[in-house]
Amino acid sequence: MEPIIIEGTPKTPTINFDAKEGVFEIKGRSIPENSVEFYKPLVDWLDSYKETPLNKTVVNIKLEYFNTSSSKCILDVFKKLEAIHKAKNDVEVNWYYEEDDEDMLEAGEDYESIIRVPFKMIEIAE
Amino acid sequence: MGFNVETYFSDLSNGNQILYFKGNIDSDLINRVLDSVEARMIDGKERPKLRKKVYNVLVESLQNLYHHVEKVPEGFEDQKSEKYGMLAINKVDNGYKIITGNFIFSEDVEMLEEKIKRINRSSHDELTELYKFILNHQRISSKGGGGLGLVDIARKSGNKLEYLFKDYDEKSSFFSLKILVSEIN
Repeated sequence: MEPIIIEGTPKTPTINFDAKEGVFEIKGRSIPENSVEFYKPLVDWLDSYKETPLNKTVVNIKLEYFNTSSSKCILDVFKKLEAIHKAKNDVEVNWYYEEDDEDMLEAGEDYESIIRVPFKMIEIAE
Repeated sequence: MGFNVETYFSDLSNGNQILYFKGNIDSDLINRVLDSVEARMIDGKERPKLRKKVYNVLVESLQNLYHHVEKVPEGFEDQKSEKYGMLAINKVDNGYKIITGNFIFSEDVEMLEEKIKRINRSSHDELTELYKFILNHQRISSKGGGGLGLVDIARKSGNKLEYLFKDYDEKSSFFSLKILVSEIN
């Protein structure tokens, strides 16, 4: 599978989904007005990956900001990962948040409580 | 025309207004406002925690306008703007006050007011539960909004939403939201 690599913009995150390594990263700001447009290809890509996933998939979420419109799309991404996990593959989400950013920590905890995939909350220095 | 939108907004301004805008709320405008307010907060050496909260609340406030404003009433001064909205940002002692204004259909006032009242009755934990419920159960609407904006604003600002509705003409009402984002919650 070809990886998805998208460079970040002030309103959309950097994406690096590497099927060979099983490492997926979403990083930066995700605040577009129409987030479905941005996330649809990622969700479709995960649909294909889900057919033949690696034994272990690691997902790194390093978001500085995301808007509520993205929050639904990010949930869709996690739902695909949940399906991979449910099919007895290892999936791990690393949710990074900056020191003191309780809102971002809480946002990670929101997903952790909805999605049945192991989450690790990782604090990083500003 | 019972209610004067102009006077309402000019009365809100004081020496500490850092931004005031009225007109079309498009994607470019949103970018410009976010950039300028962020730069201003960095220059002003605001703590990152407050800066992030203000930025988040500002994104949601502007995108609420972008997704939800209705056409301006006939006879209103600005007929050109497709998505007419007003925005003011004031620096206050313990944080920032973000004020938005826009027209909505009068028939939608009751529903929106109920929604805000429900949010204002909720504790932080209840808002978290409400947010998660909407996140997990509601699809993105035809207007592109997720129905989460106001809940998210209340949750991040940590303060009650102040608001007002004013009848404008028989079809339209003016809606204004005042959000205090403060350092200590």
